Amino acid sequence: MSDAIERTDVLVVGSGFGGAIAAYHLAAGGAKVTVLERGPWLKNDEFEHDYKLGSSYTRIFDFVVGDGMSVLGGNCVGGGSVVYFAAMPRAPRFVFDRHGSIGRRMWPQAVSRDTLDPWYDRIEESLSVSKPDWSEASYSGGLWAAACDHAGRTANPLAAAVDNSKCVNCNFMMAGCRFEAKQSLTVNYLPAALAHGAQIRPLHEVQHLERTADGGYRVHYNIVDDEDYRLQAGSGVIEAKIVVLAAGAGATPVILQRSEAHLGTMPHAVGRYFSGNGERLNTAVLDEDKVAQILGLSRGDGELPYGANAIGKGPTVASWDKLDGSLPEYSRYSLEQLYFPPGLGTILAQVPDASGPTWFGKEKKEILKNWKSWLTIFCMTEDDNEGVFGPPPATGNSHRISQQMLGRGNLSYKPTENTWHGWNQADADVKEILEKDGLAKVMPWTNDLVGAYTVHPLASCRMGDDPGTSALDDTNELRGHSGIFVTDGSAVPGALTVNPAMTIAALAERAVPHIVAAARARGVDVTYGAPAPTGHKSGRAGVLPLLKQKRLTTV
Amino acid sequence: MPAVRRIPERRVDIGPDTTLTLEAYADTIVPGEKRWPGDRAIAGVSTGGGAVDCGAIDLLRWDATGIHDGLEDLADRVNGHTRVYAEKAGIALDATVPPFVSLDYDDRVRLIQELTTPGHPEKDFWVLLSLFCNMAYDSAAHLHTADALADGHPGLTAMGITQPDADGLWRFKSSGYGRQLAETHPDTTPTGSPA
Repeated sequence: MSDAIERTDVLVVGSGFGGAIAAYHLAAGGAKVTVLERGPWLKNDEFEHDYKLGSSYTRIFDFVVGDGMSVLGGNCVGGGSVVYFAAMPRAPRFVFDRHGSIGRRMWPQAVSRDTLDPWYDRIEESLSVSKPDWSEASYSGGLWAAACDHAGRTANPLAAAVDNSKCVNCNFMMAGCRFEAKQSLTVNYLPAALAHGAQIRPLHEVQHLERTADGGYRVHYNIVDDEDYRLQAGSGVIEAKIVVLAAGAGATPVILQRSEAHLGTMPHAVGRYFSGNGERLNTAVLDEDKVAQILGLSRGDGELPYGANAIGKGPTVASWDKLDGSLPEYSRYSLEQLYFPPGLGTILAQVPDASGPTWFGKEKKEILKNWKSWLTIFCMTEDDNEGVFGPPPATGNSHRISQQMLGRGNLSYKPTENTWHGWNQADADVKEILEKDGLAKVMPWTNDLVGAYTVHPLASCRMGDDPGTSALDDTNELRGHSGIFVTDGSAVPGALTVNPAMTIAALAERAVPHIVAAARARGVDVTYGAPAPTGHKSGRAGVLPLLKQKRLTTV
Repeated sequence: MPAVRRIPERRVDIGPDTTLTLEAYADTIVPGEKRWPGDRAIAGVSTGGGAVDCGAIDLLRWDATGIHDGLEDLADRVNGHTRVYAEKAGIALDATVPPFVSLDYDDRVRLIQELTTPGHPEKDFWVLLSLFCNMAYDSAAHLHTADALADGHPGLTAMGITQPDADGLWRFKSSGYGRQLAETHPDTTPTGSPA
């Protein structure tokens, strides 16, 4: 029977940043690569402008409610890159020196802003990250900038992986961009990987791994129904010499937890030290008269001075005044203008100065009438990596409740005083900026319904130098289980104070030469050195000398 | 155009008392105006359509939600909680309608606040029910958005969501103020990242 088992050189679990980047380079280098993705594979014209259950909005998202933390992630070929808002800042320098909850530097010695910069360069080139440009800031971004300025603060337009010439400012980017304006992985790394022979299999949800007699891995998956994800349509196995786990920080540790019975003891940090990137949301309801009087903003005749919550392309402007490395840890954060669609972005918003309930009822209905004058501010602070995954559910990373999107998971997150300190400071800052001179009324989102809320799960299988507090070494290889690499957000050691896609992607790029070396050691005929998926070569030119001059582990 | 789906939409049937009870619950989450004089489910504390008028029951009954099979049980439970609540508060319930429907709006609010408070053993259920009631109003999750808007969906309309282009897609030609509105942070790299 063993002859019937399918084999590949490298099995990649997940097709978001961590999976797609590894798949492309390994396939381009000559390895046989198979990618298993739990979600569906949508074509451009399937990305809909529709909030109905069953539209792309729910097909490509995964929303898992935990105990104290809910996690929103991608669930499709392209993973988070299909649903993300494409803001691509590099993490500030001080982030890499954070101590977090362990009292000493939590990043590996080998990784700093300086050593990561050449890998950031590769991503900027590969995803055609646009230069920040005030003329591309949305109304809500401009409003946030003007409010920051009025309060004596600075604000920056954001670098983004968006082709502004194709963008129609529909603000439906979380449902997938049908205009190919957003540089999702489905328009760069993944087609390039396919061109080099990689196979991508959607609706294949990996459940667990076991070891083969020859030191490789047998990967067990279930096939998920393409419409009702609560249903399964069979199962299978594939054997591989190397496994790259990139199922997302909400799923990678769950696969490893479930694999422990087969693979043996997992590092202590698998499923621990989860970070929600310190995320916290505030909703402001603007006084439109004050927008005109105080900020001098106008959209022209017949329009409200702002009233443009629905218009734009996610975040376009952020305030970085508190990204100051001289400030104590847990008091540094960015404040970013964001957009959240109705449904997910309204239920948790609270009524300012409410006399009754804050999140439902007649007063909530009243502020919904002013929805177009809402401004959402996204605070990315430093949390304490306090998330811990409980025992894995029967399959996948949650018990699926709805046909798509909604599930109940086993992540527990009890915010520490440090985390609350950051959240409270950020909330107070947003309030100070936006309530100045009566410009708006502001309230943070409630944590009482689904706990805290993150769109950027991190650190649940993190890299580091200390085996007691990190699951991966500084090459992204799982401690004690050679040949398994983790390249998604779960490898990032902690909160970044900015949007993490750029850092997750850069770390994945950085991991690739190490994965290539491990594959070669296992007899795979593969080399490193592909250019960007676009064919551009300056990013590669920046990193190849590093690989020649130094030991790989110092890259 | 909306993609063609393979699985037909299936909605569970629920009894009249369950419907009344869930309508009263949905009307507490997003209240609306009474549909007719003597409408008991809707408290009538707000003008314009609320969650019920937006189709909350239709959404809840749809098996895509995952809450559909529990609706009778949820209605029984909230009515059971109402009896306890009413006894404590000294409220005489009207036996001609389900207990929760018998409560006035403020008492419905207070009970839902109790049920959704962190630590309540059934909190997850009530949050889920509330979430879908809310979604009927603010995102019409049981309807194609463009169709809902064309039909004057009360929630989307009240929120000021505009009509899409003829092909059902939203495009905004004018999207920003088009000028620099703040000084940038001094420690910004040439490619626009924090230093």
